Amino acid sequence: MLNPNLDEIQLSREEYERYSRHLILPEVGLEGQKRLKAASVLCIGTGGLGSPLLLYLAAAGIGRIGIVDFDVVDSSNLQRQVIHGTSWVGKPKIQSAKDRILEINPYCQVDLYETRLSAENALGLMESYDIVVDGTDNFPTRYLVNDACVLLNKPNVYGSIFRFEGQATVFNYEDGPNYRDLYPEPPPPGLVPSCAEGGVLGVLCGIIGTIQATETIKIILGQGHTLSGRLLLYNALSMTFRELKLRPNPVRPVIEKLIDYEEFCGIPQARAEEAKRQMEMQEITVKELKQLLDSGAEDILLIDVRNPNEYQIAQIPGAVLVPLPDIEQGEGVAKIKEMLNGHRLIAHCKMGGRSAKALALLKEAGIEGTNVKGGITAWSREVDSSVPEY
Amino acid sequence: MRLQLQPEHLYLIEAEAIATYPNECCGLLLGKINRSPSQSLKQVLQVRPMINQWDDAAQDWLAEILPPDANHQRTQRDRYWINPKDMLEAQRSARAADQDIVGIYHSHPDHVAMPSECDRLLAWSGYSYLIVAVQRGSVQDLLCWSLDENHQFQPEEVQVYPAL
Repeated sequence: MLNPNLDEIQLSREEYERYSRHLILPEVGLEGQKRLKAASVLCIGTGGLGSPLLLYLAAAGIGRIGIVDFDVVDSSNLQRQVIHGTSWVGKPKIQSAKDRILEINPYCQVDLYETRLSAENALGLMESYDIVVDGTDNFPTRYLVNDACVLLNKPNVYGSIFRFEGQATVFNYEDGPNYRDLYPEPPPPGLVPSCAEGGVLGVLCGIIGTIQATETIKIILGQGHTLSGRLLLYNALSMTFRELKLRPNPVRPVIEKLIDYEEFCGIPQARAEEAKRQMEMQEITVKELKQLLDSGAEDILLIDVRNPNEYQIAQIPGAVLVPLPDIEQGEGVAKIKEMLNGHRLIAHCKMGGRSAKALALLKEAGIEGTNVKGGITAWSREVDSSVPEY
Repeated sequence: MRLQLQPEHLYLIEAEAIATYPNECCGLLLGKINRSPSQSLKQVLQVRPMINQWDDAAQDWLAEILPPDANHQRTQRDRYWINPKDMLEAQRSARAADQDIVGIYHSHPDHVAMPSECDRLLAWSGYSYLIVAVQRGSVQDLLCWSLDENHQFQPEEVQVYPAL
């Protein structure tokens, strides 16, 4: 529990009115509201999780909110990142978030850090805050946030989202477990898809983000039982919550300093392998593909390895759908062999990554092919803007 | 050792446990074992429900293994049995997909998620034994166990795959 000096905290007449529904709760009351005003919370990321939790932290009357993000608002964010509005597309997320927070509650102090959280700046940024809330979208930053919180002895309020599944817990609180107790080692790069790759139900972020906000507020108030030691799993499709117990790992290594988290998560190695694969891969640009298709060449087999629901959104004319999972399971390989019949194989996906993977698998089966650089996204940008970009 | 599953694996196992209540459900956990300096991890890639084939014939056949005091008439309400032939077949198809049987799950209707003496006597070392406690048709608990060198069950941690 936090122990601020509440003697110096005063609420104005307007604040008494604003927080009246809190003040009449015995578990919050005047003392609790003063605790909220005295508290400082640093939110890493203003994306799917950061958006709803910042809205509620602001409304609840947290005195000082810090936000770390370096991204700009993209129109594909608006389906779930509810703190940002349409007029903010193309502008910095932290500015958009501050604008909205002050509109909700002008009594909040909002401090912005337009930077990428790194091992160099993390301790300095976090030091002056009581609680850190993790709303990041990659594993290196998750480990960095965890380790910095352990070194600074600050609670780390955790949430994660994917498709229809969400998870939440509180790490490093009152001698409870931390992220490294749950996952001593990061997953191999590329194994866990991001929301950009796998999709996410927008409203799921609202559920998990507001659970993070709830836990943050409970820690500040010193009320109730936090999720420390429990990983909450939520499934939006079955509308079920369940819990897994978390325990500190008895043989966990001591965190003594921050490290190179990209290296720890195998990112540079994965990038080097990817670059090597690309070097070895035959490629064609979307403009070259367009010329080829326009020339009426009949010896081409163009395959689209995306999922059927993506194929429904946008297609390159003449492309035959053979989803990557089918190729991985072998039936897609047989299908392509059957269709190939002396034709030259060209493969595309959304951005070029999955089709490269498909071609690598096909190569093992003795089928050579050419990858479309940049996939259908490049086609939409450079060849045919009537093909929607998603 | 830890057992790592996807949340949907947990949902599938729990749904099976509820659907077969008041009888025991059972099935196989297929996946891979990853060892590294800092951890050993059994990663479940597939959950395969199996038919509980416990019957009088299975009980008679097991009479030689199970001690007499545990050997009065039992039913599928408190016993499960997977035919060894089916296990072998599952193992073959798992190996073809570069996987292995890493564990067995079953439910305990109206009982705690602790292994019984029968569970212990019939257990194989190296496997994870995931037990779902179902009380009056709803899931109460889920715990995992594996044998130590003295053929005694020790708790094993269950975790879900990391997500962003």
